[in-house]
Amino acid sequence: MTPLPIRPGVNMARHRRMQRLREEFIAWVLRACAFSAVAGLLLIMIFVFREALPIFTSAETQREATFGGFFTVPNWQPVSDHPKYGIIPILIGTFKIVAVAMVFSVPVAVLAALFASEFASPRLREILKPTIEMLAGIPSVVLGFFALMVMASWIQSVTGSPVRLNALNAGLALSLGVLPTVFTVCEDALRAVPKSYREASLALGASRWQTAWRVTLPAASAGVAAGVLLGLARATGETMIVLMASGNAALGTASVFDSARTLSATIAAELAEVVVGSPHYSVLFFLGALLFLITFVINVAAGLLVDRLRRRLAGA
Amino acid sequence: MKRKGFASILLVLTFLVSAQAAFAGRGITVKGSDTMVILGQRWAEQYMNQNAGQIVQVTGGGSGTGIAALINGTTDICQSSRPMKQDEKLKLRDRYQTMGVEVPVAKDGLSVFLHESNPVKDLTIEQLKGIYTGTITNWKQVGGRDATIILYGRENSSGTYGFFKDNVLAGRDFAASCQTLPGTAAVVNAVSRDPNGIGYGGAAYTKGVRDCAVRKDAKSPAIMPTAATVHDGSYPLTRYLYYYLRKPAQGDVKKFLAWVLSPAGQKLAVDVGYYPLK
Amino acid sequence: MSAVILGQKVAPLPAVRPSDAPGRAFTLLSGFAALLIVLMTALIIGDVVVHGWQTVTWEFLSGVPRQGMTEGGIWPAIYGSLLLVVLMTFALVPFGVGAAIYLNEYANPDAPFTRAVRFSVHNLAGVPSIVFGLFGLGFFVQFVGMQMDRALGLDVTWGQPALIWASLTLALLNLPVVIVTTEESLRAVPREMREASLALGATRWQTIRHVLLPQAMPGILTGAILSVSRGAGEVAPILFTGAAYFLPYLPTSPTDQFMELGYHVFVLATQSPDVDATKPLLYGTVLVLLLMTLLLNLTAMLLRARLRANLAGRS
Repeated sequence: MTPLPIRPGVNMARHRRMQRLREEFIAWVLRACAFSAVAGLLLIMIFVFREALPIFTSAETQREATFGGFFTVPNWQPVSDHPKYGIIPILIGTFKIVAVAMVFSVPVAVLAALFASEFASPRLREILKPTIEMLAGIPSVVLGFFALMVMASWIQSVTGSPVRLNALNAGLALSLGVLPTVFTVCEDALRAVPKSYREASLALGASRWQTAWRVTLPAASAGVAAGVLLGLARATGETMIVLMASGNAALGTASVFDSARTLSATIAAELAEVVVGSPHYSVLFFLGALLFLITFVINVAAGLLVDRLRRRLAGA
Repeated sequence: MKRKGFASILLVLTFLVSAQAAFAGRGITVKGSDTMVILGQRWAEQYMNQNAGQIVQVTGGGSGTGIAALINGTTDICQSSRPMKQDEKLKLRDRYQTMGVEVPVAKDGLSVFLHESNPVKDLTIEQLKGIYTGTITNWKQVGGRDATIILYGRENSSGTYGFFKDNVLAGRDFAASCQTLPGTAAVVNAVSRDPNGIGYGGAAYTKGVRDCAVRKDAKSPAIMPTAATVHDGSYPLTRYLYYYLRKPAQGDVKKFLAWVLSPAGQKLAVDVGYYPLK
Repeated sequence: MSAVILGQKVAPLPAVRPSDAPGRAFTLLSGFAALLIVLMTALIIGDVVVHGWQTVTWEFLSGVPRQGMTEGGIWPAIYGSLLLVVLMTFALVPFGVGAAIYLNEYANPDAPFTRAVRFSVHNLAGVPSIVFGLFGLGFFVQFVGMQMDRALGLDVTWGQPALIWASLTLALLNLPVVIVTTEESLRAVPREMREASLALGATRWQTIRHVLLPQAMPGILTGAILSVSRGAGEVAPILFTGAAYFLPYLPTSPTDQFMELGYHVFVLATQSPDVDATKPLLYGTVLVLLLMTLLLNLTAMLLRARLRANLAGRS
């Protein structure tokens, strides 16, 4: 593999030609590797949507489940003599749990990111950042386990809620899963703000917290928003935590003290035992496609925000 | 670097080739209900101990998965905690021109779990139906404390869910407020921590909660799920656990089935927490 | 503290402005938020360690589940997890590193193809893990596997949940991790090194192979380790693509199902026949899983810290 030494008697033109061919071949292979990411995303779209397609095309499936029915049927009772595939209670459940998770994780993560980038001494930061990476490294099934076995009892004893596994419990556990995402993106954005901004603000007589709150945070706002959006996408798609901690009752109520069922948990709980190709199977893939679309839109928005931040700071 | 890469490719290739060989020599395969996987496993272990050279492989995945595997031809025996459905039988008929062979292999009592502190001692099927369909919502209505009833149940894909729905709810839908948990252990765990909770699941599971006696109707006696009452069928929530085959058993499969139904096999079912057929 | 003192006989602290009262409060609040995160992390890990460490013995690590999973060990789950991540790494690293090299060394950043790749990497990272599970079932098991069986004339062999499909699903899930970390480390190699190599007459590939890749190795390793750590902890993608509730044998072929640590935690927490008897086993399994992922993360963290230090030293 080392470069061939030029020896007399070797046909140089031929050698060059072979080398160029090889270079081109390798470039082609690497290009194919890069394409695998595109192909992966496309295949996910195609194959998740494909399995959901019978809802729109097959008369046999439509006898049980129709697209319109998802939004007009009030209940989710897929195993029944007359299966009912109403996804409104599931959408409400998803929204409830995600909302709880965001309400708790966003303020904590943004404030902690401000602390890490603006106020903390280097030594404190050296404790904080690995801790967050540890939290990020805890598998979600472990967080779900913790919420199921330990946290649910604490929360019940504090709130006195009659239902032990509820949206609040799942949302709080989920906020632990989301925190690292929001924190990391926010902190990166805050640290990307040029030093000159802060120096100018301090020189004008503002205190450190005024600088952090009125100058640094607004300058990084696009990045903070991106962090929040990425956290939102993660929260919406997270499965094991909500499957274990939410109680999974498909109720359409607004209270966070009621049990709730999410899109992701519904898929995880029901797919393993349904008959392949049955209406129920197609409906679960439809839920997956829906989940994919929701998170996809959020992620695209977050990507646009990050680009904007980069451009703004580069222009500054 | 290059050589390492080559070696790893070779390794993977060997792995792939060995796939076929390993698959061919698997002996009898049993697949299906997660409720029964432990029972099946114990049977397989004992049977293999007593019959050298015989191989029985047991895997779970759920009753639905097992039946699908039976239809697809990937398993010799399917273990199921619910009877096969009509459309599944039709699929089997389309492929193999048989309606399948159903072999009950053990009995199971479905317990109704209450919290240790719950003063309610027994419930009728009618009351259970009311509780789980949502028409009875307070323990007061069935002679208990003045507290909201918290419902726990199994995921709608499980055989236990189907049995309860057919035999207690008479086919009606569960109340939406019923929390569906992914396993019987999760149900037991939830009820054991919830003074106003009620749950149901295989009788083999009752640890940390109290069994509720069940009456067939208001005039019938209240019966606890015990070995005797499940055995003689006086406990109303008794179900069979099944082995399904595509066609009548032959050869090794027949030998294994005969052993499962023999006293030695049935005793093992009792050890695991189920009840014998006879 | 300061505002209350103002106006009293006590001498005010020097250079304390009125605005510092909310300032202090704000700083404290943000510090409290950080503290909260540290506390919660410590609480979770502490709870698992306290309840789990007595269970984790050699017998536990090397034994198989017995008595309906109320006794015995978790060796099949550990073995399955290892096999899963090893296969995943084989499938993942070549593609991930190749893609990163292309993006950083070959691609024109404004070309539509490059932008499509970057867009895909960004969005692939955000696809929910359960959707990967659906994809694995719909694509690998139901489509690729079934087609293979048909082509090879086999009974259902490949067209069912299996080790190979689960690891390929996880490989796709982790592709963005490897691409991003590898790119980061390639970017850290100074341009002068490339130029020197090219000036000496080496071709582009020779430069990459002999100059860039050795330099970028720590970064590539970081990405691989991070994805292994993530792969060992993800449960949702393998639920339908190959994880088994219980297996009486260790998987020996890519078409076998397998037990896995994360899934085993889920099974023990929700499906075990005897909750109290299972609790020590459950905590022990969680501890093993946690140790595995955290140690991998720690290694990745240290590697990356070194990489960043190198980068900072150069610029």
